[in-house]
Amino acid sequence: MAISLVARAGAIAAISALALTACSTGGTDAPGASGDCAPSDGPVTLTFTSWLPGVEEAVEIWNEENPDIQVEVQTGPNGNGGTYQNFFNQLAAGNAPDLGQIEFDAMPNFRVQDGLENIAACEGILEAEDQFVPWTWSQVTFGEEDAVYAIPQDTGPMAMFYRADLFEAAGIPVPTTWEEYEAAAVQIRAQGGYINNFSQSDINAFAGLVWQAGGEWFSNDADGWTVDLTGAETTQVAEYWQGLIDNDLVAVYPPWTDEWNAAYNSSELWTWVSAVWGANTIASGAPDTAGNWAVAPMPQWEAGASAAGNWGGSTTAVLKGSDHPYEAAQFALWLNTDADALTAMNRTANIYPATIAGAELPVFGEGVEFYGGQKIYEVFAEAGNNVDPNFTWGPTMTQVYNDVADGFSGAVSGSGTLLDALTAGQDATIAALKAASIPVKE
Amino acid sequence: MTVSTDTRALRTQGVKKRPARDGGIRESAVSRTVAMAVMIVATLYFLTPLWWLLVASTKTRGDFTTTNPLWFADFALFDNIAALVTYRDGVFLQWLGNSALYAGVGALLATLIAAMAGYAIAKYTFRGRETLFNVILGGVLVPATALALPLFLLFSQAGATNTIWAVLLPSLVSPFGVYLSRIYAAASVPDEIIEAARIDGAGEVRTFFTVATRLMAPALVTIFLFQFVAIWNNFFLPLIMLRDENLFPVTLGLYVWNTQVSQIPDIRALVVIGSLLSIIPLIVTFLALQRFWQSGLANGGLK
Repeated sequence: MAISLVARAGAIAAISALALTACSTGGTDAPGASGDCAPSDGPVTLTFTSWLPGVEEAVEIWNEENPDIQVEVQTGPNGNGGTYQNFFNQLAAGNAPDLGQIEFDAMPNFRVQDGLENIAACEGILEAEDQFVPWTWSQVTFGEEDAVYAIPQDTGPMAMFYRADLFEAAGIPVPTTWEEYEAAAVQIRAQGGYINNFSQSDINAFAGLVWQAGGEWFSNDADGWTVDLTGAETTQVAEYWQGLIDNDLVAVYPPWTDEWNAAYNSSELWTWVSAVWGANTIASGAPDTAGNWAVAPMPQWEAGASAAGNWGGSTTAVLKGSDHPYEAAQFALWLNTDADALTAMNRTANIYPATIAGAELPVFGEGVEFYGGQKIYEVFAEAGNNVDPNFTWGPTMTQVYNDVADGFSGAVSGSGTLLDALTAGQDATIAALKAASIPVKE
Repeated sequence: MTVSTDTRALRTQGVKKRPARDGGIRESAVSRTVAMAVMIVATLYFLTPLWWLLVASTKTRGDFTTTNPLWFADFALFDNIAALVTYRDGVFLQWLGNSALYAGVGALLATLIAAMAGYAIAKYTFRGRETLFNVILGGVLVPATALALPLFLLFSQAGATNTIWAVLLPSLVSPFGVYLSRIYAAASVPDEIIEAARIDGAGEVRTFFTVATRLMAPALVTIFLFQFVAIWNNFFLPLIMLRDENLFPVTLGLYVWNTQVSQIPDIRALVVIGSLLSIIPLIVTFLALQRFWQSGLANGGLK
């Protein structure tokens, strides 16, 4: 047991090192690796693991149109809930599915552990770049030449959900900058409410705020990874929210709980800066407030700017070892660009597509009753175009989220600050990368 | 059993040595009140979540977040059940059926195997008997979770992941069951009866099935119950092994739904009502088999 564990750890270290070498040599290595992407002879069956509810409906359309490339859907819990670990186990055992759903923030982890096929040489893949919202494409290429490791599926551009009725009744202007947002928070607090809830556990939402501010947590080049959880922009965002917490201007309910839903439902909370999919979260959690909500772009750090962050979103990747990368790549491209497929996935799983054309689907052109009939998706489409394409996720995001969340939950209850938590997270992340034999620059 | 009787006797003696007024052993009112209070708190602690589950299951989606979580609002239990069993073509019923299959068949076979092994270790002398028993006993200390990944790699080699067997086969072993069978067989199956059966011409297998299993019945019920509950609640092994939704046991299925809440917030209501329905078979099994269990333990205590 002990021996096999050591051997396994060694193997992982070796793979990571190899992958990173591949990463760093980039252009020279990639064409060789992706040079062969030929169609298979005869009919093939692909396996596709996804936790999108009802993704079978979209796959059904493909299966009817492509009798020779049948796709079999497998499912599981969401990525961090177990499916990523399953993918790694299956990659180690050599029986991974041909295709898997992988969120943007987990892509570097799979890349570093060499779990992804480069499908750049497959027909039509490189040319597909123009169809996607620009920032999503850099997330699946990692900036490498001649490399595409997945097809973007959905995104979570961020905006501000707010109680239009309450703002109007109180005569408070809807904030367009973070400065105005804080001023509004003071006025709202005077009326007994809170402008927002600071989520102690949604570190990826906080990352979205940092992303908007122009911060970058990770970057990598030939010499290894740079970790920067405490850069100038991150510090600015952390200190801003720390100020709101210290002055009791935001609530600190644990998110996704009944308490939290109830605070929205009882009109105690007035805004939520969240992603496009949050539209359904509020509608479901705060049914009594129907019709009173509206959506505006995120408040800005500079008046007149239009930067947006992103929270969530995933890709369809071809996993290493697939016998049919050509067919798998064709299916992945179709699934995430075909209007019928995107419409079906939006209907069953509320996804917001990563393609430019996806934002124009009829379903996104309609006014939404819960938001007083506002065409809210126009705001999100605009936000999606304003997301900085240079944000890079690190290879150990699950660890980063856990470590920072530990500190954040301390900070909201008065022990330490958000910045302390990020500083601790920075150290823990560097240690985790080193422990996984991933080169780090300090 | 002997040990426990001895200690009880000792304890009684110990008490008697103390000068007793009123001629009997009475606990003081204070200690009884404290004990009651502790029990009440413990009961509330364990039953409140169940109560919450029961109440939440009867609510409409709107009332779920807006009304007092510990008291009833509009009664919508049957609507919720209808929504649950029709969602995605009734996949929930399939999961319940899978759980019943894994837990029922698994526990039955596991009980049989454990009974045979325990009986053999208790009643036959052979070289390495104690070593074998100690190794099995060591198995009690290894958590099932720790074995899931090695099992996955083994089943991958055999190409048997994502099949019924991937969950059923590992459920067939119960080191604790072997331990219990051995202890119980040693205490409740007298050698004389086995001798008598042999003299009457019964083979070893027949002796085991017709004589020993009946004497061991209370222990077997216990093993069955333990194993049934363990398999029903086993979550990690199916999580790692299974990818086909139609093979999921109910625990894994509900967990998968629960992780989809951010995509489909409404699914939360189904997770709640599904959780309530998923514990009913456990309660039924317990109540149905409890009789055997209690009488068995009492019998053991009297001997």
